[in-house]
Amino acid sequence: MKAFALAFGYAMVLPTLALAECPGVTAGELTVSKAWSRVTIGTQRPAVFYVEIRNDGQTDDRLIGIETSAAGMPMLHQTVIKDGVASMPHAAAVEIPAGQTVSLAPGGYHGMLMDLTRPLVEGESFPVTLTFEQAGAVEIETRILPIRAQEAQCDAER
Amino acid sequence: MSLRTIRLILWGLVLAAAAALAVQQWTMRETAVDSFRPDFALQDGKGQTYTMADFKGRFALVFFGFTNCPDVCPTTMSEVAQVMDDLGARADQVQPLFISIDPERDRRQGLGEYVAAFHPAILGLAGDDAATRDAASSFKIHFSREDDPAAPDGYTMSHSPGLYLVGPDGEWLRQFAYETPAAEILADIEKRI
Repeated sequence: MKAFALAFGYAMVLPTLALAECPGVTAGELTVSKAWSRVTIGTQRPAVFYVEIRNDGQTDDRLIGIETSAAGMPMLHQTVIKDGVASMPHAAAVEIPAGQTVSLAPGGYHGMLMDLTRPLVEGESFPVTLTFEQAGAVEIETRILPIRAQEAQCDAER
Repeated sequence: MSLRTIRLILWGLVLAAAAALAVQQWTMRETAVDSFRPDFALQDGKGQTYTMADFKGRFALVFFGFTNCPDVCPTTMSEVAQVMDDLGARADQVQPLFISIDPERDRRQGLGEYVAAFHPAILGLAGDDAATRDAASSFKIHFSREDDPAAPDGYTMSHSPGLYLVGPDGEWLRQFAYETPAAEILADIEKRI
């Protein structure tokens, strides 16, 4: 009876946990989550791709590329502010050290989605495939948030 | 001449020198403030020319950017939009400006529509190349065009990513470094209004 009560309790709590968590995709020791982008006006300007990658393993990994049907030319970039000037060099790879969480987030690493194949519409989503040196390819649905969004909004999903 | 007289004369000289130094410092400070009134002559999407005089009596919150910028510019424009929302009834005392450092492409792709997507109060301005350089140097900021075969149209821009606050009399007040939270910018402006 006690076991039942416990199980029942967990069953009630689980949906709440799911609501607070962003859905993640796991590949080996890596968990990829909180993938988001911003609405675009048409397709002329590049869009952005942000995501969080957690490495629960003992080995370092590296994100070496992104692919998506939403853009003809997706690339990894990094915003660098040096001597008061911001530039946006390409990043050949993003290191994902063992036991750490690395974010592609505003002001740092980000995916730059050039040659958009369609406008990014608020509330919709598109798949992005991340390629890791060790873990291989991981596909995640990327939510399109309002143009003023500053971070992933997972609770808004339901 | 007694030693006492000499000592008095020397102390007198010290006081005179100190006074002269103080006066000099004071005047230099005044000059520095007076000499820094950023200005420009740039057009909005309808072709109307604006200068800083058009914003007299209001604070101007100025950003230099380009609309093909996927990370720094949307992040900063979102902060500005948040500040404008949070100013509430006092929002009419602050004019947010987005000055294009990539004017030809931004005009072609629609600067007004871009800034309005963040907040209707933001005014997007884009002049010709010379007027853009003049505006940037008047704010003492840096931007440059960098060839990049992988970027859209084969180039990208690097630029000073800060926000600049100009007072109601056109005087430069301060810079907010990139990623200054909207709440901090709001608190600073509210103190001055």
